[in-house]
Amino acid sequence: MTSYTVARTAFRALRRNPMRAMLTTLGIVIGVGAVIAMMEIGAGSSAALQKSIASMGANVLVIHPGAASSGGVTFGAGSATTLTPEDCEAIQRECPAVRYAAPMVRARTQVVYGSRNWIPTYIYGTTPIYLEVQNWGALAEGEPFSDRDVMNANKVCLLGQTLVRELFEGASPVGKEVRIQNVAFRVVGVLPAKGANMMGLDQDDIVLAPWTSIKYRVTGSSLSSGSSSASSSSTSSDTVNTLNNLYPGSSDLYPDRSTVQAADQPLPVRFENIDQIMATAQSATEIETAISQITTLLRERHHIRPNEDEDFNIRDLTELTKMLTSTTTLMTNLLLAVAMISLVVGGVGIMNIMLVSVTERTREIGLRMAVGARARDILRQFLVESVVLCLVGGALGIVLGHGGSLLVRLLLHWPVATSPMAIAAAVLVSASVGMVFGFYPAWKASKLDPIEALRYE
Amino acid sequence: MPLIELRNICKTYQLGDLAVPVLRGVSLAVARGELVALMGSSGSGKSTLMNILGCLDRPTSGEYWFDGQEVSRLTADERALLRNRKLGFVFQSFNLLPRTSALDNVAMPLAYGAHRLSEHEARERAAEMLRRVGLGERLDHEPSQLSGGQQQRVAIARALINQPPLLFADEPTGNLDSQTSEEVLRMFERLHSEEGITIIMVTHDPKVAGHAKRIIHIQDGQIVDGAFGEADGSAA
Repeated sequence: MTSYTVARTAFRALRRNPMRAMLTTLGIVIGVGAVIAMMEIGAGSSAALQKSIASMGANVLVIHPGAASSGGVTFGAGSATTLTPEDCEAIQRECPAVRYAAPMVRARTQVVYGSRNWIPTYIYGTTPIYLEVQNWGALAEGEPFSDRDVMNANKVCLLGQTLVRELFEGASPVGKEVRIQNVAFRVVGVLPAKGANMMGLDQDDIVLAPWTSIKYRVTGSSLSSGSSSASSSSTSSDTVNTLNNLYPGSSDLYPDRSTVQAADQPLPVRFENIDQIMATAQSATEIETAISQITTLLRERHHIRPNEDEDFNIRDLTELTKMLTSTTTLMTNLLLAVAMISLVVGGVGIMNIMLVSVTERTREIGLRMAVGARARDILRQFLVESVVLCLVGGALGIVLGHGGSLLVRLLLHWPVATSPMAIAAAVLVSASVGMVFGFYPAWKASKLDPIEALRYE
Repeated sequence: MPLIELRNICKTYQLGDLAVPVLRGVSLAVARGELVALMGSSGSGKSTLMNILGCLDRPTSGEYWFDGQEVSRLTADERALLRNRKLGFVFQSFNLLPRTSALDNVAMPLAYGAHRLSEHEARERAAEMLRRVGLGERLDHEPSQLSGGQQQRVAIARALINQPPLLFADEPTGNLDSQTSEEVLRMFERLHSEEGITIIMVTHDPKVAGHAKRIIHIQDGQIVDGAFGEADGSAA
């Protein structure tokens, strides 16, 4: 018996009772339809979810310099001065898994406008790329500063919403000048509102400026952050903007230079370092690749021998990534469980009807055996019938489910993603449901005694 | 050599602890080209003998030679193949597949054969068989659209599709009125005389048995009359 005749016999047998065949497949149709619809809607929502979690910074990598130590005393993460702006440029240029990399210089000091003052949580010196790294989106007002501003250490800055509220009382700050540690910065733009981050810190309490401006004009050195705001605010009246605050609190080996001397001959910053680099991977899945690429590159650039420890460390937002993956797997598993239940119910329906069919067609089975069908021919015939039922049900289910998800997209505007994997799985699953639940009735049919079967009334 | 030869066939059914002997040492022979009727009242072991002859059942003891082959010890699959190739069955209740065309009903046994006919050849052959039984006009009719006599003729065409040397008819006229019974019996006679097919009819109706050339009577599991034809009878 060729497979073609087997399939044709199955179709003929099913066509003898079309209504019943249709009702039998309904279970599978609904099961598979539900799987497809839920998979597609689920995949769409999960993609949207991934996107929104990514906007919270799930694929952000933070590269800190390593810890400096002196005489067995380490100073904690970020105390070494090993990262350079060139490192950042190299990462951007040479790591394909990295989408953006922005250098960062931190400061904490007072910002003054007119009679009002405020100490923002964040004063970041960076490049315009930072806006992309942190997904700030379009500015609420004005323009971002440019790469040229970074090169020239121009005194321009962007303000967060909180500063606009505190310093300008809601009025437009664009074009006005604020003083950051007595250096006048022109406000070129206003950042959009972002709200609190996961730790509850206000992300709008921020000033962004070219990193060169912050580094050379405001802090002079990243090591001077921390307590500098208090001291500088208290002494701001008698200091000019200088770069000499490199080692605050150090004992005087030499007599103090006068303010004029210092302004005339600023001490050069010996080593141009930055506080950290923020980078984003191309996608959440490429974080691992990005980390290894950056590690390789920086080890090479910093001339670290294979068995030496790195002088930097890279952190990803593992918490977020974990949340992302666990949310998606949870969702997928939930959908699968529901789908499995409906498929099992459909399969039991198939088994039920096939058992009825075997009983009803006992004489046919006897006849087929009398004219030369072997037990395995009968087994195959009934097995193929139930598989055909399930496959037809599966095909209808795919159409129904896909149509359903299209409808959801059109009517409810939910994000929907077609999933060929789900379709392949549905076909496979419905065929195996047919096999599993069709086997017992088919086996029962093949075990019939031809004499008894022929005499069956 | 006879087409069929039974030697001391016994069949005992086990009902719990009780052994019920149904056939008690049946020996008979049917030569090629004979038209034989097997007669007996109900409970005489007629059906059991028929099942054994038709290779649907195996005897408890004894030898069954069919076409030069000892078939009583064959496995189920081997017997299925034998039934397909060498035996045709016609039943009292026709046993046609419902809602299936006459053509497909007739072609059905070809699906289990070792012939490997193509779809087209199979249909061609089934149509040819239906023409031979006078139903060339009704290839696409379903059993429900045919009269009893026509249905039985479709069943005969189905029995003959594999060109078996032996045709079994189990009460072939049991469900037919006397006129169509005549028709069907004449068809058996024609197949017998014109095509030389060996036919064994099982019946309890003497009028039907009257069409046969020889009548084998069975009673209480034993042959009482006509076990061997004239040619073999002298030998036995």
